[in-house]
Amino acid sequence: MTPKIRLRNVRKSFAEKLVLDGIDLDIMPGTSTVVIGGSGSGKSVLLKCILGLLEPDAGSIEIDGTDILRLPRREQEAIRSRIGMLFQNGALFDSLAVWENVVFGLLAQRRLRRSDGRDRAAEFLAQVGLAASVGDLYPAELSGGMQKRVALARAIAARPDIMFFDEPTTGLDPIMGAVIDGLVVDCVKQLGSTAVAITHDMASARRIGDEAAMIHRGRIVWSGPAAELMDTRNPVVDQFTHGRREGPIQMELRR
Amino acid sequence: MNLILDSLAAVGRGVIGACHVAGSVTVFAAIGLSHLLRPPFYGRLFARALLEIGYFSLPVVALTAIFTGMVLALQSYTGFARFSAESAIANVVVLSITRELGPVLAGLMVAGRVGAAMAAEIGTMRVTDQIDALSTLSTNPMKYLVAPRLLAGIVALPMLVVVADILGVLGGFIVSTLKLGFNVGTYLRNTLDFMQAMDVTSGLVKAAVFGFLIALMGCYQGYNSRGGAEGVGAATTAAVVSASILILAFDYVLTEMFFAR
Repeated sequence: MTPKIRLRNVRKSFAEKLVLDGIDLDIMPGTSTVVIGGSGSGKSVLLKCILGLLEPDAGSIEIDGTDILRLPRREQEAIRSRIGMLFQNGALFDSLAVWENVVFGLLAQRRLRRSDGRDRAAEFLAQVGLAASVGDLYPAELSGGMQKRVALARAIAARPDIMFFDEPTTGLDPIMGAVIDGLVVDCVKQLGSTAVAITHDMASARRIGDEAAMIHRGRIVWSGPAAELMDTRNPVVDQFTHGRREGPIQMELRR
Repeated sequence: MNLILDSLAAVGRGVIGACHVAGSVTVFAAIGLSHLLRPPFYGRLFARALLEIGYFSLPVVALTAIFTGMVLALQSYTGFARFSAESAIANVVVLSITRELGPVLAGLMVAGRVGAAMAAEIGTMRVTDQIDALSTLSTNPMKYLVAPRLLAGIVALPMLVVVADILGVLGGFIVSTLKLGFNVGTYLRNTLDFMQAMDVTSGLVKAAVFGFLIALMGCYQGYNSRGGAEGVGAATTAAVVSASILILAFDYVLTEMFFAR
């Protein structure tokens, strides 16, 4: 079966700093893959390269078997319009009301008339457990958990067939984190999407992921079923998932 | 020897840095303007920017213009009285206001008010991933954020300068007639007789250029801001300073183009 997303030898550096050092990763259709790794390990850069927000220095990024880096810009944009993204801090447009945020993509793609926007937004807000009245508020009037839900509603509104989640539970209390993870799993199942989440929250990784991969020093050092994440013998993964002070990651920090 | 080489290297880095910034601002402007010619067009955002730049800047521009006109009349009187040329005050006021002070002062005031606000708004969007979010929602950030503001700057500043011209001349008229004792009819006739279409037109062209520069620097600095709140603050300052300097520099260039013999 052709992977939904296939990365080969993806490299990216900023000035002298090498962030991605030849990433190879296959993500199969309909699966939820969590990519774990420490702060600054390159997780967000990896997502931004796939999304086209950053251009890799080398390598290939295939979506449904097509290397998007070799396509003309317009075709790249068409493929990337099928990707939904939940940003770490929500990234809601604070000058727009919640309902406008939620249907922003649909309005931009001319798939919805503005006059119908409020009603459609209410449907998406209901899917993430929010009342229609929330649509008239502005992002600054919402709690962190509500902002994440609105951002999730915005990400699913265009019915993307690939969804990215950047640290979906960061900044939330454990209960709200579990709620958001549950919504993420429900939304992905309902849409039948392929999902990629990056996180360093192990509880979140186990809840969201079917598959898991660990990125360390710009490379994928382990990949396998998410259920095996806590039991792997890979010393880097073992240290990270159990939060041990001693191990290869700490030794690297001491240098 | 090392000191000389180090000094030369520092100068070289400065020159290369300045060329890099000039090049990237030019490319940014070209991309922003090109989006004005290609659909989709965001009329609602243009109207909002026009309101922000034009309507909400009216009070500050109006006050600046009227007081400038008043001071100009007063200062001209004290200067010209030394060689009995008081009758030229009306001419000096209308010429100075329409050609120079109207567009330049309106430009500087709008640069401080609107350029800073644009840089802060777009800079905040940059550091909170809202610009990346636009890209993931099938929206080109240059088309959505930059193009409407550039057009609004080009359209709004000339409108403000028309108001500034009228109020500046009015300020001079008030001081000249009420305080300095000039005859109302004579002052008005001198003003209208001396004013030429080119004086006003050149001021309006300058205003359109200044409006473009203010919006360009506000958008450019905000779009390229980095590093959280501190980065947004730095972008805001840079937007105001760079727009102000460019206004003064382009004022000279445009004056040279219009009036140099």
